[in-house]
Amino acid sequence: MTVVLDVDWAIAWVRLTAVEVAARRDELVELDRQIGDGDHGENLDRGFRAVVARLDALEEPPTTVGEVLRLVATTVMSTVGGAAGALYGTAYLSASRVTAVPVLDSSGTVGLLEAALDGVVRRGKARVGEKTMVDAWSPAVEAARRAAGRAGLRPAELLVVAAEAAEAGAVATDPLMATKGRASYLGERSRGHRDPGAVSSALIVRAAASAAGVG
Amino acid sequence: MSDTGPGRAPDVALVLVTHSATLARGCAEVAEQMAPDVRILAVGGNPDGGIGTDTEAVRAALVQVIAEGLGAVVLTDLGSAVMAAELAVELLAPEAAARVRVVDGPFVEGAVAAAVAAQIGAALDEVAEVARGLAAVAPPPDGPANPPPDGPAVHSAAVTLRNPLGLHARPAAVLARMVAGFDAEVRVNGVNAASMLELMKLGASGGRELTVTATGPAAEQAVGAVVAAISAGFGEA
Repeated sequence: MTVVLDVDWAIAWVRLTAVEVAARRDELVELDRQIGDGDHGENLDRGFRAVVARLDALEEPPTTVGEVLRLVATTVMSTVGGAAGALYGTAYLSASRVTAVPVLDSSGTVGLLEAALDGVVRRGKARVGEKTMVDAWSPAVEAARRAAGRAGLRPAELLVVAAEAAEAGAVATDPLMATKGRASYLGERSRGHRDPGAVSSALIVRAAASAAGVG
Repeated sequence: MSDTGPGRAPDVALVLVTHSATLARGCAEVAEQMAPDVRILAVGGNPDGGIGTDTEAVRAALVQVIAEGLGAVVLTDLGSAVMAAELAVELLAPEAAARVRVVDGPFVEGAVAAAVAAQIGAALDEVAEVARGLAAVAPPPDGPANPPPDGPAVHSAAVTLRNPLGLHARPAAVLARMVAGFDAEVRVNGVNAASMLELMKLGASGGRELTVTATGPAAEQAVGAVVAAISAGFGEA
């Protein structure tokens, strides 16, 4: 089953993200304990629980994908806290600005991913290879762009390609030395650990694909 | 700089964003003591009162001071507080965002210097510059800088501090701003007189004799102006 990327998909994406974050909370905590301050899983879990609570409490259903993403942005920025809250808040906010439509087409899907990456880069000022969220979002965007150029791929299928690239990007952070963020304090000792922000970013992209019934 | 006559309130507020509510409040207290008329909002900690930052609280503080007709300079303690502040600004309407400056500088020193600059009537960009600029002020070399051999002469004068409190924050800010208006490098007892903070660090109290030196095209005028201001006791004597 492949669903169109509409408002219902956006809501399903967000709810699925919350479920996945809760399920992998301890994994994210453990990754962050190794090279950060150990609160990434807990903070994200708290944030997405709050997102779901706000979705449940909505009186008027959202009419665009962007409205859903903006709700995520404003919620995570005040409930996740720290750098992750500001980074994801900016990513969702940026994405919400380019998705003020009821349904995403292929270019809209790529645009959403591009905007999220732009947000993370604008806020965190990190580049590819610095062992951050960018190392998941950047390959996801590149893969989706390339796939969008191929005939016959539907928007939902672009998300699968993006999710695979994001996951590979997260795995590829293992040998990198962190030069941005908390992990950079560890210098060489940050090598050999997977970046928790890249992992949670890949989780979010994967949830987008899964919510479309294809990933 | 506009002159703040009696009764004119400063039109730049400070918003202090930190990971701890206590840290923000404590810094605000120090700055308020030096700049009693400046609006200073402390936004520290996460929504649960724990360690962290709260973008929504920062946004609300900015909306509040802007609604009061003020501009806002935001100072932050650590990297992610900068991010929270920048995101909070991004959430504002463009005309409101245009009245906010997020500064990544020394937190306590920057807040104190910025508060004093706001107190004496500096405009938004000037206050931001004061908060930010301190980061770039290198400690002075030993003694006055040596002028190049064929450069302009060093002008120098001695003057006694007349006001009882000496070079505290306000006079230091006055001198630093005055010096910035001259095409000259001015030093007071060897420290860069363009830096309010360096002047304050002299700890010069009333009755102390100071040596003012300057090089550059306007050196003579700069020394004259500084000596006159110090001799006049900054209006406090």
